[in-house]
Amino acid sequence: MTVGLEHYLVLSAALFSLGLLAVITKKNAVTVLMGIELILNAANINFVAFARFIDTDLDGQIFAIFVIVTAAASAAVALAIVLNLYERLHSINLEEADSLAG
Amino acid sequence: MNPSEIIQNNINSLSYFLPELILTGMIVVLIIADLLLKKENSAWTSLLALGGLVIAFVAVLNQYDLGSRSIFNDMLAVDPFALYFKLLFLTSAAFVVLLSIGSVELAGRPVGEYFTLMTALTLGLFLMASATNLITIFISIEFVSVTSFILATYLKTRRRSSEAGLKYTIYGAFSSGLMLYGISILYGLTGTLDIYEIGTKLAASSANSLALLISIILMLAGFGYKLAAVPFHFWAPDVYEGAPTPITAFFSVGPKAAGFALLIRFFNVAFATEATNGEWAAIAGVNWSQLLAVVAAATMTLGNLVAIVQKNVKRLLAYSSIAHAGYALMGVVLLSDQGVYATLFYLVVYYLMNIGAFLVVIVVQDLVGSESIDDYKGLIWRAPLPAIAMGVFLFSLTGLPPTAGFIGKFYLFAALIKGGPGFYWLAVVAIINSVISLYYYARILKAMYFDQQDEKEPASLAVSPYYVVLLIALVVPTIFLGVYWAPLADLANYSVEFLRAL
Repeated sequence: MTVGLEHYLVLSAALFSLGLLAVITKKNAVTVLMGIELILNAANINFVAFARFIDTDLDGQIFAIFVIVTAAASAAVALAIVLNLYERLHSINLEEADSLAG
Repeated sequence: MNPSEIIQNNINSLSYFLPELILTGMIVVLIIADLLLKKENSAWTSLLALGGLVIAFVAVLNQYDLGSRSIFNDMLAVDPFALYFKLLFLTSAAFVVLLSIGSVELAGRPVGEYFTLMTALTLGLFLMASATNLITIFISIEFVSVTSFILATYLKTRRRSSEAGLKYTIYGAFSSGLMLYGISILYGLTGTLDIYEIGTKLAASSANSLALLISIILMLAGFGYKLAAVPFHFWAPDVYEGAPTPITAFFSVGPKAAGFALLIRFFNVAFATEATNGEWAAIAGVNWSQLLAVVAAATMTLGNLVAIVQKNVKRLLAYSSIAHAGYALMGVVLLSDQGVYATLFYLVVYYLMNIGAFLVVIVVQDLVGSESIDDYKGLIWRAPLPAIAMGVFLFSLTGLPPTAGFIGKFYLFAALIKGGPGFYWLAVVAIINSVISLYYYARILKAMYFDQQDEKEPASLAVSPYYVVLLIALVVPTIFLGVYWAPLADLANYSVEFLRAL
């Protein structure tokens, strides 16, 4: 059996769903950020697979590299913000960040 | 194309990229200046930032002679449409820098990074307004998001600002993840990242409409987050309340307008084909204009209904800004030049009155130390000028003559009615919403003009002359554009033209 485009798409759809599940159900800020990373990497698998099977040039692979870089940048900022929240609340549970509501 | 042609194209493009290069240079200058200045003198960086914005403004004005063209191998477009938004971003950023200089919230904090990030955010907005490739679209959105995350958290020792930053970050990262997945599906459907090529490919052969619909909905998550449109609005009230007020004012204008610029350009180029003069048709298979119409109706209705029960003025204005995103979306769903024209006009009007309203919030916050509606009681007797200015801005936000808000709404409704019976329902929803909005805006007016002040409050409050100048600088255009709006209307009409095909 050869590995075709469908296999990659199924893998990426599964990763995407797992990431979505983590974002929706988890209360821990770091776990939610990990779920978001799963979503970004699911998209990356799509890009690379489509670049291999559909597009003739390297557009998709270049996009994947860009995504890796921006994901690292936004993860760095996000973790700094989570760390700052921990200093205020002594917790990274999203449900305890509730002083703004209404 | 061979490599040397590509490199030559990039080098030739640099001269059309001058405003962005000026902002980039200014960011570097600001970082160095912040290192050299002592901490207590860091406020001087605000003047540098202001100078950079003014120079970039002149550079953008000079670009009006260039016409429409695509630069950096079709990564970005320079056209009247982008220039219009660039002028809007620069003037609103300049106003926000001015608001920040006087802000009590920021007083005593090192603000070098603050103004550096403001300039960087403006650069990101520039790229959003001109991006014509899925890579530049994604990168520019991330650019704006990451700088905004830091700015929302700028008062990091305050619990409310920390929470606002966290919520902004989580929602922002999540929605750009969804958008990226949508982009990857679109790339799979068309095999290209260039939005012009996507447009021709989708028009030539109909793609699987279910896959295309999923892709469009996922991408709407990214755009909707920037616009604060339902159902991606959850972050807005919390972030608007917790972030420093000048930043809130900027969030409600800059990234929102940039979201509109990107939405209009991307959807009209990639997902529509030109039919007759000044009108387009959505591509076969996915009726995204009806989808956006439903989003617009839901956005304005939710924003207005929830605003009714708010007790904090900043939060109330957050919901009102959600509602206004719904109004402005009405022009986008029409798929016509006239609709885009109405949206462009409305965004400028909205920017003036909304920054004005936030300025009054800052002034009252400095005088009274509170953002609660109860503390606005009897403001007309204690501080007449801010109270009168707030009255003008709220009248304009409601859309009552003779203010700019009335003209803006008039253009939107005129475009809707001209768009044919298909969107009459949306006009009806918008009119009902305008009536609802009058109720909660009037609550602030009633508190300011008719309610008795509490005994313990001082009789009168002194407004600093700096704020008086800023208030007048925003009140005058808000009324002036309600009486004589032709110049702005002409400019908006000229700016409808964007690069539709290569």
